[in-house]
Amino acid sequence: MTNILIALVLILLVATLVQILRVSELLSELKKQDVNEVTDKDNATQGKILLIVGVLFLGSVVWQFVNWIPLMLPPASSEHGAVIDSLMQFTMVLIIFVFFVTHPILFWYGYKYNKNKKNPVAFFYPHNNKLEVIWTVVPTIVLTAVILYGLSAWDSITNADTSDSQVIELYAKQFDWTARYAGEDNTLGFSNYKLVKGPNQLGVDLTDEFSQDDVVVREVHLAVNKPVLLKMHSRDVIHSAFLPHFRVQMNCVPGMTTQFAFTPTQTTAEMKAQEGEDFEFVLLCNKICGAAHYNMQMKFVVETEEEYNAWMASQKTVKNTLTKK
Amino acid sequence: MSDHHKETFISKYVFSLDHKMIAKQFLITGMFMGIIGMLMSIMFRLQLSNPGESFAVLEWFLGSKWAPGGILDPNMYLSLVTMHGTILVFWVLTAGLTGTFANFLIPLQIGARDMASGFMNMLSYWFFFAATIILLCSLFVETGPASAGWTIYPPLSALPQAIPGSGLGQDLWLVSIALFIVSSLLGGLNYIVTILNLRTKGMSMSRLPLTMWAILITAILGVLSFPVLLAAALLLIFDRSFGTSFYLSDIIIGGEALHHTGGSPVLFEHLFWFLGHPEVYIILLPSLGIVSEVMSVNTRKPIFGYKAMVGAMLAIAFLSFIVWGHHMFITGMDPFLGSVFTFTTLLIAIPSAVKVFNYLATLWKGSIRFTPAMLFTIGFVSTFITGGLTGLILGDSALDINVHDTYFVVGHFHIVMGLSAIYGMFSGVYHWFPKMYGRMMNKKLGYLHFWVTFIAAYGVFFPMHFLGLAGLPRRYYTNSAFPMFDNLTDINSIITFFAIVGGLVQLVFVFNFFYSIFKGTKASENPWESNTLEWTTPVERIHGNWPGEIPTVHRWPYDYSKPGADKDFVMQTEPLKEGKTEH
Repeated sequence: MTNILIALVLILLVATLVQILRVSELLSELKKQDVNEVTDKDNATQGKILLIVGVLFLGSVVWQFVNWIPLMLPPASSEHGAVIDSLMQFTMVLIIFVFFVTHPILFWYGYKYNKNKKNPVAFFYPHNNKLEVIWTVVPTIVLTAVILYGLSAWDSITNADTSDSQVIELYAKQFDWTARYAGEDNTLGFSNYKLVKGPNQLGVDLTDEFSQDDVVVREVHLAVNKPVLLKMHSRDVIHSAFLPHFRVQMNCVPGMTTQFAFTPTQTTAEMKAQEGEDFEFVLLCNKICGAAHYNMQMKFVVETEEEYNAWMASQKTVKNTLTKK
Repeated sequence: MSDHHKETFISKYVFSLDHKMIAKQFLITGMFMGIIGMLMSIMFRLQLSNPGESFAVLEWFLGSKWAPGGILDPNMYLSLVTMHGTILVFWVLTAGLTGTFANFLIPLQIGARDMASGFMNMLSYWFFFAATIILLCSLFVETGPASAGWTIYPPLSALPQAIPGSGLGQDLWLVSIALFIVSSLLGGLNYIVTILNLRTKGMSMSRLPLTMWAILITAILGVLSFPVLLAAALLLIFDRSFGTSFYLSDIIIGGEALHHTGGSPVLFEHLFWFLGHPEVYIILLPSLGIVSEVMSVNTRKPIFGYKAMVGAMLAIAFLSFIVWGHHMFITGMDPFLGSVFTFTTLLIAIPSAVKVFNYLATLWKGSIRFTPAMLFTIGFVSTFITGGLTGLILGDSALDINVHDTYFVVGHFHIVMGLSAIYGMFSGVYHWFPKMYGRMMNKKLGYLHFWVTFIAAYGVFFPMHFLGLAGLPRRYYTNSAFPMFDNLTDINSIITFFAIVGGLVQLVFVFNFFYSIFKGTKASENPWESNTLEWTTPVERIHGNWPGEIPTVHRWPYDYSKPGADKDFVMQTEPLKEGKTEH
């Protein structure tokens, strides 16, 4: 309701402004001046407005950083996440620096070099090869550094050694997640979408011996500092498994398997102590997938090895649930 | 020219062959679609800042099916987001921008009577018109308009069982976009042929205004990349209607296992973004051209580094074909390919930086006349810097992992592509309006339009970066399902407030535009004291552009404030003085 009121007030405001402007136009037509010719006075006024709005804009950017940085995601809770965070910091510092160098120049030049009696003619300056070489080479050098840093981070994340990782399947469908632990053999049993039937919602092949120790759950528990390898599946449309606190994201695509390896470094309890009692690690869907896309989530719990082992021991394997007849 | 046949209302205003009229048809259609797209964005912004709250205005617009009790339906939310993106990207910033300025400026600035093929040009508009009608019809079908996002990734866009918008709405979307592509190709080929073949005597490539270079490169990009989207769309139509499996595999939906096997949605993503990324530059390049031209005229200085500007545009255009994978870092594409695309993507920052520095150097020691058009060029440089910088984060595959598909992306591309392109378009409209309609647009309303737009647009899109850094995904109907986003309500309210303000002030522009067509003060032949050829044509707009001979060109277009000249501008038609060389 308040928004509508605001909108109405603004419409009235604009209408009033238009009327005032029409009147001024009629008045100056009586004085036989071309109202639309840009005068020195206009240049001076617009130059000043540019400077003022420019300063306010840069000020508001600072204000946003100061006020909203505390609302951002906490530091990464995973090993590779720390690498991403420091790359992010490096890039942020760089772009904020360039932003705060170029913008004042832009606003200042606009203000300083407006056309007026003291500055009637511009300086004819079509090119300067030396300058142009400088501002081609300097960005090239800086970007080389950015690219090398970025690629080494990417390589370390995507080529992580997963031989010791615990394998967990994330299975997406409209609009929920299911997970399947590979069990003691750490190998997921074969599955196929045509086998989905009744309680066997992941289409696990119940005759496959690797399937027997698999554990199907609706809430993922992880042991802290123990590497995991997530293997993603979808059975209808594209979904994206997004774990923002771990800096993990990978699409789940029907017809293929995707994967992402990471190692959690903080337990849920530690995060609750740091971020507040209601903190939870969550898995979100981050690829438009239908009406309830905005609410497709699953809880992740990171705990100590003992807690994790106790939880795992209490779960039922495929053999004990689905195969048993 | 044998253009002296009698013109009827139909041949002059409807099925016109005159490039100037066709340009206006594109512009006005683009503006109309722009208003619709903007209204859609305000409707979903109301939901995002006040989830679940009732707005009578929503029910009034959308009816009780899609906004029962004034509360937006989640499926309609996705439809609005999809159609907003489609309309703004294709209808406003591709056809509305290039269609207007390519058609209007090419013959005038290169010195030609009309486009190489006036008939193809007319067809180009009418294919676009047909596409527009079909797209608008899709807003009224029972299952709602397309709702799989403007990127229409299958399987969501292929399966009506997955989302209602993927029924008839998606069919109409695909037919509409196919016609749109035909229009774009007819236009693009015409632009290329005209610029290459119909330049007047003396208009060598190195004397082309930068607008012409920008439009030439844009047209080449379009002609090379749009057919790929057409192929992608056709295959999707096959998957949807004829049971093929190009993009579909291993799907269970609505409890039913589909027969499709062996297809790959990732194939669609590759095809889509092979157009999709050059498309970003199809949108941006015309504005880069317009801004270069308008800035040079109004600083009364030559554009700094003409050759570097052309080179930078060529480099950007070339690179734009080999960076599409940066939209797909986390789709399951081979990580090595991700590295290659990171490398090529970040390279684009180099020519972009060169352009920014050249713009700043153009402003330096200028004698700036603040016309509304000039203000928009300053706005352009600002958004090009801001949006370009955040591109360094998104283009870096390792960083993309955590900001991909979040509001950080929404903020980034709205600033660097949306705002920059629309500022270029506004700048062009204010600048060439006197040539289009023989009258001036109101200066003060122009100032009001610029300042409110500049402030409101940053008010909308800058805070979005913070939403993204907080992990908020885009295309969420509401963020209230996750307690971790509860503290973002204030930011969302600020964004919606500025969206409404920014939306309303566009009405000032629309008012100014139509008022000035009929009542604006009369313009002179060359009101901005500009050098290029279009300003040698008479105020009365005639078919064939010049009443007598087409003028001959003797110099480049940027001799502003040249030492030794009588005035602070020297038109391209003026011969070089004895013994003088060009710049």
